[in-house]
Amino acid sequence: MPTIVPTSAPPVVPSQQVAEAAPSLMQSQEHELCPGCGHPVAWRLVLECMEELDIAARSIIIVGHGCYTQMMRLSDLDSLQCLHGRAPAVGTGVKRMLPDAAVFTLQGDGDMVSEGLAEVLHAAARGERITSLLFNNGVFGDTGGHMTASTVLGQRTKTSLEGREPGAHGYPVDVSRLLAQLDGAAYVARGAVNTPGMIARTKRMIHRAMELQLAGAGFTFVEVLTMCPTGWFVPTPGGPQYLEDSMMATYGIGELKTPD
Amino acid sequence: MTLRLMQGSEAVADAAILAGCRFFAGYPMLPFTELLEQMSRKLPTAGGVCINAETEIEAVNMALGAAATGARSATGSCGQGIALMQEAVAECALNELPVVFFNMARGQQDYFQCTRGGGWGDYRTITLAPKDIPEAVEHTQLLFHLADQYRTPVILLGDYVIAHTHVGVDVQRREYGPLPAKEWALDGSMSGTGQAREIWTWARGKPNTPGPGPNVHWQDLAEKYRAIDAAEARWEADVPEGTEVVVVSFGTTAAFVDYVVEDLRAEGVPIGSFRPVTLWPFPGEALAEATAGCRRILVYELNAGQMVDDVRIHAADRRAIRSIGGVSQDSSGMRQGDLLDADVLRTRIMQAIEEGD
Repeated sequence: MPTIVPTSAPPVVPSQQVAEAAPSLMQSQEHELCPGCGHPVAWRLVLECMEELDIAARSIIIVGHGCYTQMMRLSDLDSLQCLHGRAPAVGTGVKRMLPDAAVFTLQGDGDMVSEGLAEVLHAAARGERITSLLFNNGVFGDTGGHMTASTVLGQRTKTSLEGREPGAHGYPVDVSRLLAQLDGAAYVARGAVNTPGMIARTKRMIHRAMELQLAGAGFTFVEVLTMCPTGWFVPTPGGPQYLEDSMMATYGIGELKTPD
Repeated sequence: MTLRLMQGSEAVADAAILAGCRFFAGYPMLPFTELLEQMSRKLPTAGGVCINAETEIEAVNMALGAAATGARSATGSCGQGIALMQEAVAECALNELPVVFFNMARGQQDYFQCTRGGGWGDYRTITLAPKDIPEAVEHTQLLFHLADQYRTPVILLGDYVIAHTHVGVDVQRREYGPLPAKEWALDGSMSGTGQAREIWTWARGKPNTPGPGPNVHWQDLAEKYRAIDAAEARWEADVPEGTEVVVVSFGTTAAFVDYVVEDLRAEGVPIGSFRPVTLWPFPGEALAEATAGCRRILVYELNAGQMVDDVRIHAADRRAIRSIGGVSQDSSGMRQGDLLDADVLRTRIMQAIEEGD
């Protein structure tokens, strides 16, 4: 049994500053996410890549509903918050009217894999020249820890109390593998943000997806496995290791599809 | 004026493109299908984009995204497909995105769907119900204007008569005056300036440019809908002095009402007609005025009784109201059935006049 996070006393390990500067595309870092959440790390990579490619001034972000939604609110990007599951369809309308814009959609696994699987598959099949980002923590974090279509087997959630079990809950959907089969998808990759090395590798994936969108290669997709210790009901410091032990055992890291 | 024989769907497509529509997405479903066909044929040559979407839900969200860039954008279906789109209709209303919806309905059973909506939240949709194809051409252009003027989703409620039949029609561009620039539209140009824009139903804004938040935003929207209600009601009334009976109808059935009313009047029956052109805002005050002192207000609609609710809300004397329509569908499930008939209508009018109070 994982130990319960003690809240009666201050943390015994002092917090450490890991970087000096915030991305310039953040208007504020005053987010409301839980300690140990992987989303801010993943989002930081997206903003850093935009800055490095100098595409901010033509970038539009379309976000779904989840914890990550507030990243849109805090970022200095023209942004549209859309209906749950529909971001790739909305992004299609935006990109078709603004072919020179850099269009990004951001969804979680509940938003994309559960609610909106059709939208992302069809956008990929049509070869829409957008970059869709999936922050996959394998759980509905925003609602407080419920099972999504990408929750891995054995994962405890409030709707799979003894762990996700195929007989009762079915099997997780690997959306990246589905997308990689489609001719319209130019680039499909899966990274994670649980170690510094993995963060650096994931950043290269996001960088490449952006470059390929700008080159008009087709649909580009990066899935980022992120930590949700709150939704997983594990101690905060254990999130990165737990991600490696649970999600990475189901979802392999790497580029699943690259242009010929 | 040069009339050209054309199908209603083609005339509406031409009108939409003349009005500046540059994005259209839809999923085929009769009697909406031909409008999608026409847009996919005509829009690319006009510099626009038409997408045969994989679902109605995809279509409407694509149209929403296109509208967010400031482009004039439209989608549509028949009532069944519009039902799938309702969540996004509400989203357009609460996000203030001007999308034009073409509801080429199967009969007249979508009055509630258009005027009451099926999405969440406090919103309304301006709905125009043309009585014939030339009026649909005019309404299509007016709707693109009203959508932009009020930043709100709007609906053209047609049917198989509007979408499928052919008439001689002259599609001319109409001008409805200047509109404010779409400073809210997203193009990425404000990203990285510290003043990036945000479109969100909650309207919380960004740290540098805080929005009003959901409570004030939705109060503002309620005020906007009150203003539209006060300003945009349209109707057609043919109620001469001495009229004792008024027949109320909407959309293409009004042509049958006009025909029967003219006949009966020639026979000396003191009868008139009233047609809401906008179903929302419902021209309630005009209806009350047109029917004041009348002995009978006869509501002819081919459904179980939907518009009659609005007539009851507004008519001064509710005891005068009678429903003389009813559910009336043909075997195809796409048109109007036996009740759409001048003889049937005439009989029902006379029965309602002659029965006691």
